Amino acid sequence: MSVRIRIKLSAYFDSVTLMLVQREVRSLAGVREAGAVMGTEANKELLRDAGLMAPEASRAGPDDLILSVDAVDVHTAEAVLAHAEGLLVQRRTRTTDEAYRPKTVASAARALEGANLALISVPGRFAAGVARDALAAGLHVMLFSDNVPIEAEIDLKRAAEDRGLLVMGPDCGTAILGGAALGFANQVRRGPVGIVGAAGSGVQEVSSLIHRAGSGISHAVGTGGRDLSAAVGGRTAVRGLAALAADPDTEVIVLISKPPAPEVAAMLLAAARATGKPVVVNFVGATVPSTERLFGAQTLEDAAEIAVRLATGTPPAWPRRQALPAQEGLRLAPGQRFVRGLYSGGTLCYEALLLLERYLGPVHSNTPLDPAHLLPSAMRSREHTVIDMGSDEFTVGRLHPMLDVELRQQRLLREADDPEVAVILLDIVLGWGAHSNPAGQFAPVIRRARERAQGAGRWLAVVATVCGTDADPQSYDDQVRELVEAGALVQSSNAQAANLAGLIAEAAGSRGAPRAPVAVAVPSREVRLPAAAGIVRFLAEPPKVVNVGLELFADSLRAQEVQVISVDWQPPAGGKQKFIEMLDKLGA
Amino acid sequence: MNIDDANHLAAHRILDSTPALAGIARADEVIPGIHRNLILHAGPPIGWARMSGPLRGAVIGGLIFEGLVKDERAAVAMVEHGEVEFAPCHHHGAVGPMAGVTTASMPVYIVENRPFGTRAFSNLNEGYGKVLRYGAYSEDVLARLRWLSDVYAPITARALERAGGLDMKTMIAQQIQMGDEGHNRNKAGSAMMARALAPHLARTGARSEDLAAVLDYLAGNDLAVLNPVMAACKATMDAAHGIAGSTIVTCMARNGTDFGIRVSGLGDRWFTAPAQIPVGLFFPGYAQEDANPDIGDSTITETAGIGAFAMAAAPAIVKFVGGTPKMALEATMEMYEITVTENPAFGIPQLEFRGTPTGIDIRKVVKTGITPRVNTGIAHRRAGVGQVGAGLVRPPMECFEQAVEAMVASLDAGRER
Repeated sequence: MSVRIRIKLSAYFDSVTLMLVQREVRSLAGVREAGAVMGTEANKELLRDAGLMAPEASRAGPDDLILSVDAVDVHTAEAVLAHAEGLLVQRRTRTTDEAYRPKTVASAARALEGANLALISVPGRFAAGVARDALAAGLHVMLFSDNVPIEAEIDLKRAAEDRGLLVMGPDCGTAILGGAALGFANQVRRGPVGIVGAAGSGVQEVSSLIHRAGSGISHAVGTGGRDLSAAVGGRTAVRGLAALAADPDTEVIVLISKPPAPEVAAMLLAAARATGKPVVVNFVGATVPSTERLFGAQTLEDAAEIAVRLATGTPPAWPRRQALPAQEGLRLAPGQRFVRGLYSGGTLCYEALLLLERYLGPVHSNTPLDPAHLLPSAMRSREHTVIDMGSDEFTVGRLHPMLDVELRQQRLLREADDPEVAVILLDIVLGWGAHSNPAGQFAPVIRRARERAQGAGRWLAVVATVCGTDADPQSYDDQVRELVEAGALVQSSNAQAANLAGLIAEAAGSRGAPRAPVAVAVPSREVRLPAAAGIVRFLAEPPKVVNVGLELFADSLRAQEVQVISVDWQPPAGGKQKFIEMLDKLGA
Repeated sequence: MNIDDANHLAAHRILDSTPALAGIARADEVIPGIHRNLILHAGPPIGWARMSGPLRGAVIGGLIFEGLVKDERAAVAMVEHGEVEFAPCHHHGAVGPMAGVTTASMPVYIVENRPFGTRAFSNLNEGYGKVLRYGAYSEDVLARLRWLSDVYAPITARALERAGGLDMKTMIAQQIQMGDEGHNRNKAGSAMMARALAPHLARTGARSEDLAAVLDYLAGNDLAVLNPVMAACKATMDAAHGIAGSTIVTCMARNGTDFGIRVSGLGDRWFTAPAQIPVGLFFPGYAQEDANPDIGDSTITETAGIGAFAMAAAPAIVKFVGGTPKMALEATMEMYEITVTENPAFGIPQLEFRGTPTGIDIRKVVKTGITPRVNTGIAHRRAGVGQVGAGLVRPPMECFEQAVEAMVASLDAGRER
């Protein structure tokens, strides 16, 4: 076998393109393994693990593309590399009906009449610059990219306020605006519930549950995870609340976030009260006392339930799926004790960590509730572990696990082979942006994992939650059925899945105590909502979108018949930092 | 004034310019600072040692034409003894295609841009085949130059006077609507110039055989209008030059060895890098390896927003950009990415009369990685062979990177003061 490597300096390709090229190259005759990745440290480690690393690739940086092939001989490897390069070029020059693929946000905004939103998913260090260009072109911004400095976030949000524009993000994964699902979002019925969410998968869970209860969503405004920090001060969230307050289609508002900074929480609750509409608040892991029009919810499911009750007058009836934790517990072999949660949704992971403590005590994680339980390496579990595979160590320069299921499949099998593991907990997230058939990917792996455990004289419980709707491209019912047939215990919500996993482990002897929730006091002071007329007008119609970055998001929008134009984006100044800084000084 | 304001002002000066062809005169009567031992050439400054074949040939031809030497050997000796001075046409308000060689006794077109008081000059187009601008200096080449000086120039100057000059801005606007882009294709513009001049030429009282020769020249030379168009672009861009803080490119030019640009807010400095070899279509018998590196001041057309920037308007020459009108459209669309404004006077029919992309911003070039497109004739690398093809070239990115660095340095210096 012979490993050959090619490095392309300062070459930007979106990670979907890279994944597809990698997949195609792998299937070629004579290829043992292949990689097409940006040269981040994490990716280089993955290449090393796959036996695809060579010394020349160690110099590659995050803006450089590494093509690596392990083939039967040098000749084949070289031929395959050349083929891979051809594929990359082909993918870039894909034919579209458009006469011209604009290279900048400004010219794209001009080419699409009425363009009013930029959906930005370029690598983090370039994202703020693209967002600035978008604001200058008069566009609202959804900044999917993460790793944007907080100073840049504050600057962007200030600049947007001056222009009456909305900046959602950075790190805003989900939004539903004027009926259009943006980023990772589910296809939901339109209805009376508006959402402001700092938590992408939390918004997906709540909006999907509301849809599955027969109600619907007016708009879901994402804010990005850091918006409710003290530094940013909830600038986007409060504008989202103001817009939903004025929006005639919104009757009930749901506010979702991890616990905000206390002063921001107080301001937001005051703003929530100022909307004059009922507001359901779920600060995951914090208790908000219910008063007049404020309704505190303990879990995402609770939030959906209260919202549906307020909006329709009747409580929702999601199917309670039969599961007998005690019986599962009895089937476990001696020594099988631990829960291993493998999540793709960050907020779902966080909620599971909170709920599991009641049954398990402390849970290790790459995103733990207490720093003491931080895993030394996210790649290795210990005792009870729940990991967020959508966090940086897994995704810098690589595709999100909602779309690229491979790492999670491998991890699932590895956990299943651990004789101390009793339960595996999974989230399967459907919707736009997600894998086209995740259940189809995981069902065989779940089957194999359970067979291997049984072969070794053990029983393995696989608990899953499916976040999605019957209107999603993947179809909720089909996905659930496929997982159930593979032996998974599928629950109707993430909270139910986490509780089931905890109960099984409890039956196997684990003990814990409920985590004391953070108390958030309802403030006495009054606040005035900021002006949001421009945002309300923007929400009144489906957005017209300028997409910069992942082409998959533009494809999703086209499938929803939303008008979208893609920018043929390349890093500024070819990624050369010296000139990027100079251009900043020149206000470019 | 901040950069955007400075660029706004520069852009307005470009759009508000009204260049007009005012007349023809001997170079030493109108071009400031020109003298018998000074040879003006295309592009940024260059010495004899680094000149490419076509430029050296044109210098030799220029010296013979001036009567300073009798032949090539004497010309080279004179240059090597340091008795000849060289300067870019651009340093003297002039422009010339290809080698651009302009000497004291040659006739030049005078273009005036009255709103801004700028004046620009260009030598006269010699037509096709063996010509001085490609480095040829045989007796027939020199005879042609003498005819231009002795016959064409005085008659046409009188005709222009009778006509009260020619409005070049309107002429360019019309030729763009008639399939020219003003650089590689000037068929419509040249025909219009002939049409505008013909009645006046007939009334100059010239001998009928001279008049016939002038009309033959106009009838047979599709590039006749190129030189006045270039001077019009030069007079326009000079109006936008020298605005403190402006990052607009006011000159792009090549001398066959280096590509150079100048920037409105950066004074008289040139930012240069080795010129590229154009890629294009070659006349039968010639190939890519015959091509000289990029040469000529004709890139002043792109600088002013026509030429390759108006490619969408010129479907007849799409072969240069890959063969389809769609590609021509994309060429123009791409240039909107690096320019600050659009010239409504030059509406492109194929783009619903959208104005041509105008005012190259060095910041946008460096940021997007898109260098300006240039349509160009291709010279043979040996002196005197002539044109071997036509095609497309782009300036080196280094020119724009250097200019961005210089602009940052000048802002920093301004702040310290």
